[in-house]
Amino acid sequence: MAVKKERRDFLGLALGGFTTLGGIAVLGAAKRTWDPLPSVKSAGFTTIDVSGAQPNVLNVEKWRGKPIFILKKTADMKKDDRDIIVGKDRFLICIGLCTHLGCIPSYYPKQLKFICACHGGQFDTAGRVLKSPPPIPLYIPPFKVEGTKVVLGEAGETFKKMEAAGLTV
Amino acid sequence: MKELKILLIVIFFALLTYWGVEPFAHSKMHKHVEDNKFSYVDLPPLTKKGDATRGKALVMGAGACVGCHSIKAAGIPAPMDPNTAAASYGVNPPDLSNVGALMDERFLAELIKNPTKALILEHKFDGKTRVFPMPSFMGAGGDKEQEVADMVAYLKKISNKEVSPKEAYVTSCGRCHANRYGKYEQIGFVPKTKSNIKTNQDIDLLKFKEKVADYQGNLAEYMGKLPPDLSIMIRARSEDFMKTFIEDPQSQLKGTAMPRVGLTNEGYEKVMKYLEETGDPSKPARDALGIKVIGFFVIFTILALLWKKSVWRDLH
Amino acid sequence: MAHFTKATSIHDWLNQRLAVDKVEKVLATEYWIPKNINFLWAMGMILAVTFGLLLISGIFLLMYYKPDTKLAFDSVNYTIMSQVGYGWLWRHVHAVAASVVFLIIYIHMFTAIYYGSYKKGREMIWISGMLLFVTFSAEAFSGYMLPWGQMSYWAGMVITNIFSMGSLNLNGLVEWIRGGYVPGDAYLTRFFMLHVVLLPLVIMALIVFHFAALRIPHVNNQDGEEIDFEEESAKYLAGSTRQSKVIRFQFDFLSKDILVLGFFFIFFFYLVFYHFEFAMDPVNFDPANGLKTPTHIYPEWYFLWSYEILRPFPKNPGLIAFGFAQVIFFLLPFLDRSPNAVPAGRRGIFKVWFWLLLINMVALTILGKLPPVGIYTTYGTIAAYFFIGLWIALPIVTKLEKPIGGK
Repeated sequence: MAVKKERRDFLGLALGGFTTLGGIAVLGAAKRTWDPLPSVKSAGFTTIDVSGAQPNVLNVEKWRGKPIFILKKTADMKKDDRDIIVGKDRFLICIGLCTHLGCIPSYYPKQLKFICACHGGQFDTAGRVLKSPPPIPLYIPPFKVEGTKVVLGEAGETFKKMEAAGLTV
Repeated sequence: MKELKILLIVIFFALLTYWGVEPFAHSKMHKHVEDNKFSYVDLPPLTKKGDATRGKALVMGAGACVGCHSIKAAGIPAPMDPNTAAASYGVNPPDLSNVGALMDERFLAELIKNPTKALILEHKFDGKTRVFPMPSFMGAGGDKEQEVADMVAYLKKISNKEVSPKEAYVTSCGRCHANRYGKYEQIGFVPKTKSNIKTNQDIDLLKFKEKVADYQGNLAEYMGKLPPDLSIMIRARSEDFMKTFIEDPQSQLKGTAMPRVGLTNEGYEKVMKYLEETGDPSKPARDALGIKVIGFFVIFTILALLWKKSVWRDLH
Repeated sequence: MAHFTKATSIHDWLNQRLAVDKVEKVLATEYWIPKNINFLWAMGMILAVTFGLLLISGIFLLMYYKPDTKLAFDSVNYTIMSQVGYGWLWRHVHAVAASVVFLIIYIHMFTAIYYGSYKKGREMIWISGMLLFVTFSAEAFSGYMLPWGQMSYWAGMVITNIFSMGSLNLNGLVEWIRGGYVPGDAYLTRFFMLHVVLLPLVIMALIVFHFAALRIPHVNNQDGEEIDFEEESAKYLAGSTRQSKVIRFQFDFLSKDILVLGFFFIFFFYLVFYHFEFAMDPVNFDPANGLKTPTHIYPEWYFLWSYEILRPFPKNPGLIAFGFAQVIFFLLPFLDRSPNAVPAGRRGIFKVWFWLLLINMVALTILGKLPPVGIYTTYGTIAAYFFIGLWIALPIVTKLEKPIGGK
């Protein structure tokens, strides 16, 4: 009797365990269904031509649904490690979302600073924090410079170096 | 054994119903057409051996092909853009780079000599009230059969590279049939464009769409209606229909304005491959996963059988 | 007020509050099922599981489907079928399950008819089951609209036209149902609502009702034997499991159900991966076109028999015959005048009636798909009259039936 019960319980468990494996596979398929679509992912690259940019005039572009700040620097603006060189010019290229809670800061060309209306955070023209609450500088997205064009979404050599040096965060 | 008898009865009635509503009903609904394996036996075979060099001179010169057709493989651009061509002829004449590889030589030869016969469009273009835009080749002064053979030889020579399924589609179907899942319109592939960030309008795309609409207007006028988009045609029609219809459109749809395409069996398979890519791209994944899932349930059933037996040991 | 003591375990804590032990007994371990059954008794479980498959696959389809006449077709055939990871799998499972569920429903129904499981206190099981059948039909029809292909559009056109009620010409009612002069955007969106919210809720409620209707009269058995469930279950609990005529739902009955389920899954997934055309009509892969009716128009196979009853008659009688076919099955427990609740095989002429009904419905189904031309129209008319005749004959046939035994 005991042997029979053991065998029965063992087989019940084996069936249950095997069914669970199938359930896990279904969850894997379900996870894939939730993934971003290939069309969303392939749209994750944006090429921007910066040759027409005016110095100290903020350009806003869109990349992966987020605003991208592009600021061509004048010669007398202070140099920074976060500057991105395109052609002969220095640029600030960063995601235009405050690193505090994600509002879009406004640029004040005369004061040479970004001010976030939500909680008063301030950034300089290199995207570095001048006034908290934002804890870290404005993010620099993966980019690759191609002549006068910048491809966002693709990590080029310069970006990788900057990332390694901790400058992009 | 009683259960087995019941099961057989259930299976019998289920299969009978299935047979009645699927194979039997469909055999009554659809006309059966025998295919000719793309052999074009109604057209005469080529009697002369062609010479590509002489053929080239004819295609470029006395044959007057390049007056309307582009041959990108030979560096000959289209004399007019698709929209202008459609406004003049109703449809954009095809580029001739790949026709030698995709289409049967009997068909090509007949097409040069007598286009409406090769295309089986004599019911639409009687030559009096309606004239087919492509004129018949009347000969360049020499032996006409030889000249046609030379031109066919040239067309074959320039298309000696491997034609991709996509190119096969564009050459064979693409001037009349869009394929929106393949991002293709009758005038070409949809270009990658960008919206203006301030207005959120994509003016380049709108311009492209305008051209497509213009082209389709002329095409629909020429064909009598707009030829359907072929994105998932592979699932909307049976394989048998596709094959016999492409081989001879009149055999399935009497009076249709669709011309015979003249594809070889190989060319047909390339076109079908492209249609599968756009219309049923999950087929390889489906076939591969099916075996695994069925295997899973075979093991599941074996375990369930053992478990059931152990549970019922005390009950019988 | 109930008395609560300090719990000795999580189980005890729950037990004091939710009576989990009692619930388990009532619903599972001491829910008694007759032992004398065959695999046809597993159809209910298969239906429940298939409904589960429809629900799960439907949830994933719902995340990418767009109920808009301009977007619906491509959201199904492009986005779901080729862009979404495993989107094609959910769609194939959904489409095949929607078709197979009716196969199982019909097997379930004919099992009940054969074994007389609609009689002697089981009338409400039958009626709740028929309500489920009708709701499933509405669910299937509304779902069929969603891909917005040629068959969706024209089925929508034809079926909603039935509500004009023939010569009554209730065109206002038809327009009201459609939310337009023809099936359009409002129509698609409201049928989407019916398909994903209202009807599934009704189905779930009816499933509970159907199960509840089963509790008092209990499950029938292969010989129509009346079982004293109290006596037999006491025997089982006393250890005489072999002698007892009943078994526990969990795991005695369940183990058999799951075995049948295993075979069903092999068959089902074979269809999903390699033989799905019967459930995904090729014509519906042409986008809806209000200016062109497909050459052949027919409903999905499970509606064919009632469609065929509509077809051979002129408009008004056709609609009456169609209406007759829709309600007549509900009346089965009352049209069967015989006191015998035993398998049809032992009921004399009713046995003949049963097989004739089955054959007649298969014939109607097949004829419903064939083009209505020539000899098929004649056969169709005969089969439709025969169907009506069978139901008129039922009370007479059963009245003449001799009572069996002293039970």
